[in-house]
Amino acid sequence: MQAGILSLESSALRAMGTSCVDRRDPDQADRRLGGLMASAQAGDRAAYDTLLRESVPIIRAAARGRGVAPDAVDDVIQETLLTIHRARHTYDPGRSFRAWLRTIAERRAIDQLRRQGRLRSREVHDEAAYETHPDTTPEPAAELDAGLCQAIDGLPEGQRQAVEELTLKDRSLAEAAQATGRSSGALKVNLHRALKTLRARLSGEEG
Amino acid sequence: MARSTENLIRELGDGLTPVRRIAAPNCLALLWLGFSVLIAAGLAVVFGVQAGLARLGSTPDMWLAALGSLLTAVLAAKAAFELAMPGRSRFWALLPVPALLLWIGASGMGCLRTWATAGWDGGVHTECLISIVGISVPLALAMIVMLRRAFPLHPALTAMLAGLACAAASATVLSLFHPGDAAAADLAFHALAVMVVTAILTISGQRLLRR
Repeated sequence: MQAGILSLESSALRAMGTSCVDRRDPDQADRRLGGLMASAQAGDRAAYDTLLRESVPIIRAAARGRGVAPDAVDDVIQETLLTIHRARHTYDPGRSFRAWLRTIAERRAIDQLRRQGRLRSREVHDEAAYETHPDTTPEPAAELDAGLCQAIDGLPEGQRQAVEELTLKDRSLAEAAQATGRSSGALKVNLHRALKTLRARLSGEEG
Repeated sequence: MARSTENLIRELGDGLTPVRRIAAPNCLALLWLGFSVLIAAGLAVVFGVQAGLARLGSTPDMWLAALGSLLTAVLAAKAAFELAMPGRSRFWALLPVPALLLWIGASGMGCLRTWATAGWDGGVHTECLISIVGISVPLALAMIVMLRRAFPLHPALTAMLAGLACAAASATVLSLFHPGDAAAADLAFHALAVMVVTAILTISGQRLLRR
């Protein structure tokens, strides 16, 4: 028991020590992240998990630096994590991991800013509408058309959650945010995308 | 960290498989250039290179133009593969500019010189246009397949460089087999063909390379 506690303490201290060293020497931190990515390329799940977790603050800083709205930063983080996964074969361990990651994060931040710009130019958005005017006659999910249910099931997780929480369960934005752990901005964006996807699928525009 | 981000990290970890690292941009560029050399060798076997070499040797600016197009192809290919890797500077796009200026300058000089001495021959050199576009097709297909294996974050810029590399390589290959004199109209049609190939690949390539 005591040995277990000691082991936990020592790993916590080691982690703290690594973090302090990283703060003092950014090059060493970069090399460590590069090493983790090299291990992830070889299929090391633990290294990959650590790498993705340690990448989140770097992505957040890049998104904020690009001027992404605070409620959309989580979307940029998730898009960037997905891109890291798809592009991991392009990382060269001889080069800076932070530079590799920052380029991807900044690209995804710019994509997000463009999406937001397009959304604003096309829609008149009443911020209070979701909060103050819930539908008083909600349609139970069981009575929904089977095709619609299937289409909702086929949505990406974030979009499906937004539809379920805001439309099917008729929750307010604040309640949905609490239930899903997503920001209200991310939920609104996901709901918008989900409705667009569903409209396209149900009208047969998309395969 | 948001709960959904935690979930995503877990899901990505679940889906982790070992990957083979992509070759360095220099290797990819050499591989693509090797493919271009193979096409040139195939054409040399069929058409022979005597007429083209005689044409190139007729004036110094023809050699310079061929050298310029060759360097443009090499450097544009290198720049396209560099840009296809995340983390590389966008300034790589400037790499082929000096070679492109040499190519344009030498071709322009040749064009002006022949125009001044022999005038516009009045011909419409569609065969040059077709040859450059035709040679560019396999080169462009190979380039797009190789670039898609990487991860271009600037698809439009990468596609434009790919288009320039293909057009320049095709023009270089054509210059080895092109019979006849360096007529002004002929050179003008080469320039038109290069612009057509670059434009087509810029427009279509950026869709194919978008990630």
